[in-house]
Amino acid sequence: MYATNYHRASSVEDAVQLVSGGDEAKFLSGGQTLLPTMKQRLAAPSDLVDLRHVAAMKGISVNGGTIRIGAATTHAEVANSAEIAAACPGLCHLAAHIGDPHVRHMGTIGGSIANNDPAADYPAGLLALNATIVTNTRSISADDFFTGMFDTALEEGELIVAVEITAPAKCGYAKFPNPASRYALTGVFVARQGDGSVRVAVTGAGSDGVFRQAEMEQALASDFSATALDGVSVDDSDLMADIHASSAYRANLVKVMAKRAVTAAG
Amino acid sequence: MGMEGIGARVARKEDKRFITGKGRYTDDMVAPGMKHAHFVRSPHAHARIRGIDSAAAEKMPGVIAVLAGDELAADAIGSLICGWMIHSKDGSPMNMGDWRPLAQTKVRYVGDAVAIVVADTKAQARDAAEAVEVDYDVLPAVTGSIDALKDGAPQIHDNAPGNLIYDWEIGDGAATDAAIASAAHVTEMKIINNRLVPNPMEPRAALGVYDEGEDHYTLWTTSQNPHVARLVMSAFYNVAPENKLRVIAPDVGGGFGSKIYIYPEEIVCLWASKKTGVPVKWNCDRTEAFLTDAHGRDHVSTVKMAFDASNRIIGLKVDTIANLGAYMSLFSSAVPTYLYATLLSGQYAIPAIHANVRTVYTNTVPVDAYRGAGRPEATYLLERVMETAARELGVSPAELRKTNFIREFPHQTPVIMCYDAGDYEASLNAAMAVSDYAGFAARKAEAQSRGKRRGIGMSCYIEACGIAPSAAVGSLGAGVGLWESAEVRVNAVGTIEVLTGSHSHGQGHETTFAQLVAERFGVGIDTVSIVHGDTDKVQMGMGTYGSRSGAVGMSAVVKALDKVEAKARKIAAHLMEADESDIVIENGELKVAGTDKSVPWFQMALAAYTAHNLPAGMEPGLKEGAFFDPANFTFPAGCYICEVEVDPETGKTEIIQFVASDDFGKIINPMIVEGQVHGGVAQGIGQAMLEAAHYDPETGQLLTASYMDYTMPRADDLPSFQVSTTETACPSNPLGIKGCGEAGAIGSPPALINAITDAIGNNDLTMPATAERVWAALRSAR
Ligand SMILES: Cc1cc2nc3c(=O)[nH]c(=O)nc-3n(C[C@H](O)[C@H](O)[C@H](O)COP(=O)(O)OP(=O)(O)OC[C@H]3O[C@@H](n4cnc5c(N)ncnc54)[C@H](O)[C@@H]3O)c2cc1C
Repeated sequence: MYATNYHRASSVEDAVQLVSGGDEAKFLSGGQTLLPTMKQRLAAPSDLVDLRHVAAMKGISVNGGTIRIGAATTHAEVANSAEIAAACPGLCHLAAHIGDPHVRHMGTIGGSIANNDPAADYPAGLLALNATIVTNTRSISADDFFTGMFDTALEEGELIVAVEITAPAKCGYAKFPNPASRYALTGVFVARQGDGSVRVAVTGAGSDGVFRQAEMEQALASDFSATALDGVSVDDSDLMADIHASSAYRANLVKVMAKRAVTAAG
Repeated sequence: MGMEGIGARVARKEDKRFITGKGRYTDDMVAPGMKHAHFVRSPHAHARIRGIDSAAAEKMPGVIAVLAGDELAADAIGSLICGWMIHSKDGSPMNMGDWRPLAQTKVRYVGDAVAIVVADTKAQARDAAEAVEVDYDVLPAVTGSIDALKDGAPQIHDNAPGNLIYDWEIGDGAATDAAIASAAHVTEMKIINNRLVPNPMEPRAALGVYDEGEDHYTLWTTSQNPHVARLVMSAFYNVAPENKLRVIAPDVGGGFGSKIYIYPEEIVCLWASKKTGVPVKWNCDRTEAFLTDAHGRDHVSTVKMAFDASNRIIGLKVDTIANLGAYMSLFSSAVPTYLYATLLSGQYAIPAIHANVRTVYTNTVPVDAYRGAGRPEATYLLERVMETAARELGVSPAELRKTNFIREFPHQTPVIMCYDAGDYEASLNAAMAVSDYAGFAARKAEAQSRGKRRGIGMSCYIEACGIAPSAAVGSLGAGVGLWESAEVRVNAVGTIEVLTGSHSHGQGHETTFAQLVAERFGVGIDTVSIVHGDTDKVQMGMGTYGSRSGAVGMSAVVKALDKVEAKARKIAAHLMEADESDIVIENGELKVAGTDKSVPWFQMALAAYTAHNLPAGMEPGLKEGAFFDPANFTFPAGCYICEVEVDPETGKTEIIQFVASDDFGKIINPMIVEGQVHGGVAQGIGQAMLEAAHYDPETGQLLTASYMDYTMPRADDLPSFQVSTTETACPSNPLGIKGCGEAGAIGSPPALINAITDAIGNNDLTMPATAERVWAALRSAR
C-alpha cells in the first residue's frame, strides 16, 4: 500500500466536501474492495474519506411498500434484517451469500454497487428489483445506473446515500459461486411486481457487467414458473469467457440459475 | 503402552503456542539494526536484460542499497544447483541450465529475481524497487511442456537444445511391447497431472545477519531442512564455510515440500547483509509466493496397460513429459524419475513395465517435490487406468485389483523397488466395509430419483517413504545421503532433550518424539523437549520430507535411546549392587526385577553427573548420539473409496463420503496420523477438483496468482472423512513405522475422479474436475 491520508466524514455534506478536497481522494466504505486493491498497489488514493460513521447513510427502513437501505449498511445487516425478510426475502438471501462472514460484516451495499464488479451480487438484485439509487445530488434508476463492467452513472465525487426498492410480489436469487473467489460465476435475480411484470437480471456472466434477460422476462411474465424457461435459449455470444468458465457454460448457468431463482421465489 | 507412550492419542504439545498465536516464525525475528528487503522481479516470462538503472531508486527515502546480479557474481556467489544427477538413456548427463540467484543476462519466468533493494522499512524498499529501471528485450515465451518440445519453440537455456533436460527410461521396453502385442485387452489413456501451487500457510521469509567481528553468518529461514541449506550454501553457493554459517529454521508454518529447496532470496539476503553491513529481512507476500515458490506435478502422460485373458496385468507402458519450469530446482530431477516411475507397479504384480520420461524447461517457476512428489503422479495414472480397465473389461474394480494384488513379500518389482511387507486386500476389504460398497446400487437409485448422478470410485495406492538408504540413492544419482541423526541428552535432574535432524513444520514432532522417550523410560512427555531446526544446536541432519521423520528420524532417536538405556542400566545396577540384566525400567524408575529395590530416573541421572559413585572406568554424563541409515524404503499402502453426487444441470460435484484405510505400519500417535490423513486427503481433493496453476500461454503471466483465482480446498468443499488403519509391521526400521505424511495426497485424487467418472459415465475427465469440465463430460457422454 502507498501512504494515504485518512478522514472520517461526519455527514453526507462533509463527505462530499472532503472528497472534493484531495486531488485523488476516494470514498472508503467497507474497504473490502478498495483496501485489497490498495494493498496490491493497484490503487493509490491520496485521501480516504470514511463513510461508516455517517448516520444518514446507515440503517434500513421499510415504509409501506418502500424499502430504504442506507449506502453504508453492511451485507450482514441486510442479510439479517427481519423487515427486509418480510418485504423482499430474495435480497436477504443474496446478501447472506456474499463472500464470507468477515466480508459481510464490513462490506456495504453502497460500496458494492459503486464498484459494480461484473461478478458482484447486488447489481443483479438491484437491477431486477428496479431499485432507485439515491445520491447526494439526484436519484438514478438501476437501469441507468449500471453502465458497464466496473462502470456506473456516478459523476466524479458523487456519493451514493441510499438505495430504495419497491417491495416486489415475489423475488428470488440463485447464485453459482466461483469456487475460488466465491463471487458469482453466474447469479440470476428474478423479481415479479404486483402488476405481473417480471425483471430478470444476470450477474457474473455478461461480458460487460450485469444485464437484463429480456426473453426470460417475457416468458415469466406470461407464466411465472421454472418450466416457462425451458423454451428459452441463452445466446452465449455476449457472455464472458475466462479461466473460470467458458461462455457456453455460463449460458447454461444463466438458464439453470434463472430456473432456480424462480423456484426460490415460490 | 503407557498413557503417553507409543500408540497413545496424546494432544499435541506444540498446539498451545500455535493456536494462541505464540509461535515464533522467521518473520517474527528481529535483529538489532535490521533493515528490510524487496526483490525486483521480472514482469516478463522471457527476456534478455539489456541493462539495470538503479540510480533513481538509490536516491529514494530510506534506501540503503540496490544490488544486482553482476555484484553478486563479482563476489563469486555460485549458481543454484539441482542435487540429483539423472542421465538420459543415451548416457549423457542432464542438461542443467545456469540459475543465478539474481538474473544477469536473461530472465526466464515471471517473478525471476533481478535485484534486491534494502531500505529502512518494507514500504520504502518496495517503493524503491518500483523505481529500479530494468531494460528488457522481451522474447517469446513457452509455458506448456508439450509446446516447449515442439520445433521452433523459444529456446530457454543454451545448453538444453529443444528445451529437453533429459530423456530417461526405466524397465524393459522390449518385454513390455511384447506383452502388449500378445494381450487379450489393452487399456489406453492420456493422463494429465495438473500443476499445483503449494500454498503453505506461512509464506517464505529470510533474515540474513552478518557479524563482521566474527566473520560469521546467521540465516533465519523458512526451511524444512536447515542443515541441507547450510551444506548447499557452503559447498555450492560459496556464501560461507559451514563453520561460519548458522542456519535456523524456527517455527515453520507448513512446507509440503516447497520449503525443502534453497531459494535465491535466502542466499541473497545473507550476501546482502555482508554487503550492506546490516541484517537484512525479507518476507514474501502471497502473490510473490504464488509466483516464486516451487510448484508441483505438471505431467502429461500416455499409458497402456495390457491384460491376459484372465484379467491379469501382463505389461505396462508409460510415456511421460514433465514440466520442470525455468530452472532445475534442488530435487526436481528425481521427482519424475526415481520418485515416480519406480512406483509404477503399484500394488500389482506386473511382469513387464517400461516408462520413458522426458523433462523440459518452460518459462514458468521451477517445479519440484510437492506433498507426495512423483508418487501422486504414479498413483493417479495407475489407479485411473485400473478403474477404467475394470469398466472396459466388465469386472468390478475391486475384483480386478484383487486379481492382480501382490501377495508375497518381499516382492521385487521390475522398476527397482523391492516391497518389504503389506496386505493390500486387508485395506481394500476394510475400506469396502466402511463405505458400504455393497449398498451403493441402492444409494445410486435413490439419488437418481432426486435427479442426481451418484458415483463411487476407489484407489489402491502404494508409496515409497522413509527416504532413503544412502548407498542406494547415491547409486541412483543423489548428491546427498538420506540417513538421519539424533542425540539424547539426559540432564542432571533427569529431564531429557532429544536433538533431531528432522524438522517439524506441522507434523507434531515435539509430541511424537517425546512419546518415544515416554515409552522407553516411563517418564512424562512434559519432561522431554525436542530440539530441532538450528545447525548450532543440532548435529548434522537431513530434514523432513518424504514422510521420513518417523521411519528415519525416530529410528535414529531409538538408536540413541538404546545407548542411553544401556548406560542408565549400568549406573542403576551399580547403585543398587544388582546385576545389569535384572534392571527393568518402568514408570520413571529403574528397578531390580523381583525385589523392591529401585532408583528413580532422576537419581540415576544425577549420579551420572555427580560422578561420585560410577562403575569403574565409566565416563561421567548421560548423553548419546546416533545416526540411522535405513535398509530400504518403507511402503505405506492403502485403499481409498470416494462417493459423489453430481448435479447434472451444473456439473457440480458433492463429495458424499470419503473413506481411507491406510497401512502405515506402527503408529505412534493415532490422532496425529489421522490429522495427517485429513490434511493429505484435503490436498488431494484440492488437486482433483479445485486447484490448477494457469499460465497465459502467450505472455507467460501466472493467471492464478491469488486466492481470487486459485481455488484452495475449504471446509465446505469437503465431507467428514472416515479414516482407519490396518497394520503390517515394517521390517526396515526398529519401530516398524512406514510413514503417513503424504498418503492422503497420493491416494485421494484417483478415488475422487474414479467416482465422478462413474457418476457421469465418461472416463475422459481431466483434473481439476471443475463443475464445467464435469458438465461438459456429462454432455459428451450422452
Ligand atoms: C474475500 C472477498 C469476497 C467477496 N465476495 C463477494 C461476493 O461473493 N459477492 C459480492 O458481490 N462481493 C463480494 N466481495 C466484495 C464485497 O461485497 C465488497 O464489500 C464490495 O464489493 C465493496 O463494498 P465496500 O463497502 O467494501 O466498498 P469499498 O471497498 O470501501 O469501496 C469500493 C468502491 O466504491 C466506492 N464507494 C464506496 N462507497 C461509496 C458510496 N457510498 N458512494 C460512492 N462511491 C462509494 C469507493 O470509493 C471504492 O471505489 C468480496 C470481497 C472480498 C474481500
